[in-house]
Amino acid sequence: MKQYLIKRLFYLIPVMFGVSIITFGLINLAPGDPAEIILRSSGVEPTLEAVDALREELGLNDPVYIQYGRWFRDVLHLDLGQSYRTGRPVAEEIFSRFPATLELTVAAIFFMLLISIPSGILAALHRHAFVDHLSRIWALAGASLPGFWLGLLLIYYFSVKLGIFPVMGRGGLDHLVLPAVTLGFGMAATYARLLRASMLEVLGQDYIKVARARGLKEKLIVGRHALKNALLPVVTAFGMSFGHLLGGAVIVETIFAWPGVGKFFVDAIFNRDYPVIQGYALFMAVVFVIVNLLVDIAYVFLDPRIRLERGRQV
Amino acid sequence: MSAIYRLARDKMALVGLGIIIVIVAVGIFAPYLAPHDPVQVDLGQKLARPSAEYPLGTDHLGRCILSRLIYGTRVSLSTAMLVLTVIIFISVPAGTISGYVGGRLDNIVMRIIDILLAFPGLVLALVIAGMLGPGLLNVMIALGAVWWVGYARIIRGMVLSVKEKEFILAARSCGTSHSKIIFRHILPNVLSPVIVLATLDMGSLILAISGLSFLGLGAQPPMPEWGAMLNDGRPYMQAAPHLMLFPGLAIMLVVLAFNLLGDGLRDAFDPKGTMRG
Repeated sequence: MKQYLIKRLFYLIPVMFGVSIITFGLINLAPGDPAEIILRSSGVEPTLEAVDALREELGLNDPVYIQYGRWFRDVLHLDLGQSYRTGRPVAEEIFSRFPATLELTVAAIFFMLLISIPSGILAALHRHAFVDHLSRIWALAGASLPGFWLGLLLIYYFSVKLGIFPVMGRGGLDHLVLPAVTLGFGMAATYARLLRASMLEVLGQDYIKVARARGLKEKLIVGRHALKNALLPVVTAFGMSFGHLLGGAVIVETIFAWPGVGKFFVDAIFNRDYPVIQGYALFMAVVFVIVNLLVDIAYVFLDPRIRLERGRQV
Repeated sequence: MSAIYRLARDKMALVGLGIIIVIVAVGIFAPYLAPHDPVQVDLGQKLARPSAEYPLGTDHLGRCILSRLIYGTRVSLSTAMLVLTVIIFISVPAGTISGYVGGRLDNIVMRIIDILLAFPGLVLALVIAGMLGPGLLNVMIALGAVWWVGYARIIRGMVLSVKEKEFILAARSCGTSHSKIIFRHILPNVLSPVIVLATLDMGSLILAISGLSFLGLGAQPPMPEWGAMLNDGRPYMQAAPHLMLFPGLAIMLVVLAFNLLGDGLRDAFDPKGTMRG
């Protein structure tokens, strides 16, 4: 176990190194000279002399590897530069907004589990029955429905027409409902189908037959014996899904004016606030890598077979 | 039972295929089908409800929504097709060479893929599009730069398994050159699953493109694009809800059609489910 963890962490080093190179290189995608962009954003006329002076000051005339080294050293000190727009450190801006994004993502996951676990179990227990067909149609619709459209429809119906939920912004629980449903809806459908398939597989296993032969109650068989094992593939898929939720949060935060990292990032794009865009990319990669690491560790704890196997292989 | 036969018996897949054929036809014959010019502004007609002249009403600039939807078919389909072509042109060589040659080269390609996969979901595409600035071409570049990774991984896996087959060993022992083995024997075995994968992905790509356009990153005004149309309609939600109803329905219908066909293709070509990843 310990050996697996060490290897898993060791493997992260080249990946994070690559991530840092990509993030550093991103600035080259921006049209125009960085020094010129900075001057323009601070309202200074970018004369040739001013641009040259700033280039020298920022070290943009140094070889690329020296620039990268300097940037990397700053990143290790959590210095992601300053936002052109607010003038505050990018890291500070991102950290102060991340709780809002995390709140939204966790709420979406909660909604997703609340819907997908019961419907997945029901669909598996009543295979080819009405519930199963309904869940299939829902899965198809969920995969085809644009999240941003669902968000608009929810706002129109529940906020504008019925006035049940606030239209936008962050606040109490009522503010959280529509954004969380928008973010979690599509994924809930996918997970319900995933759980159904995995439940059906588990229910066909010998130990379930034994449990039935022993006369255990169906509730106990499903709830304790089958569900626990059927949830394993769901846990594996979870790391990937979390990434999709973080990406999806960008759109949901924009629709609902949710003051998270995603909305901050979209605003940065339209303000050509490049350090923020760069910082966002790096931050999201780090969060995603950590979540995947946690999912892997959780998986190892949940499934002793993997624990032994991976310990040997990796 | 052959794959085509299996597909022909899948009613849902045929429905998907039918919708796609109709939509492609709508795109091709857009100038004949659209009742109005999609970019013609008529402020006297703005936010009009559906009527005989404007079957789906008009938007905030008095442009015919139906005509914009019809022309939008062209934008969505052609953009997605173009991105897919780019993805295939990057991923097929990368995956094939990586799997076939193996060794250090394979290692390098796989590490690059690992690094790109360290960015969650569409975050890297969003960031690249954000850096390049708003524009449909930039969105296409961003999606192409990120999306090929999954394909390359799957193709590499397939090449690795095909490589060990006896007919490849036979070809090699006859002294067939590597390039001939790749083009004659390996690629034909890899391409049909790639096509299935691409069909499955058309829906997600269309969603991604319209999502980016919805954010204002993709299609720029006055281009009629469904995601951008939804975004345009947002401020008029209360006065004219039909503005955001129809573009959303159009996106959903197209994506649904590709998902139905893709699921059918996958079941037909891959009954054992090896491509489900």
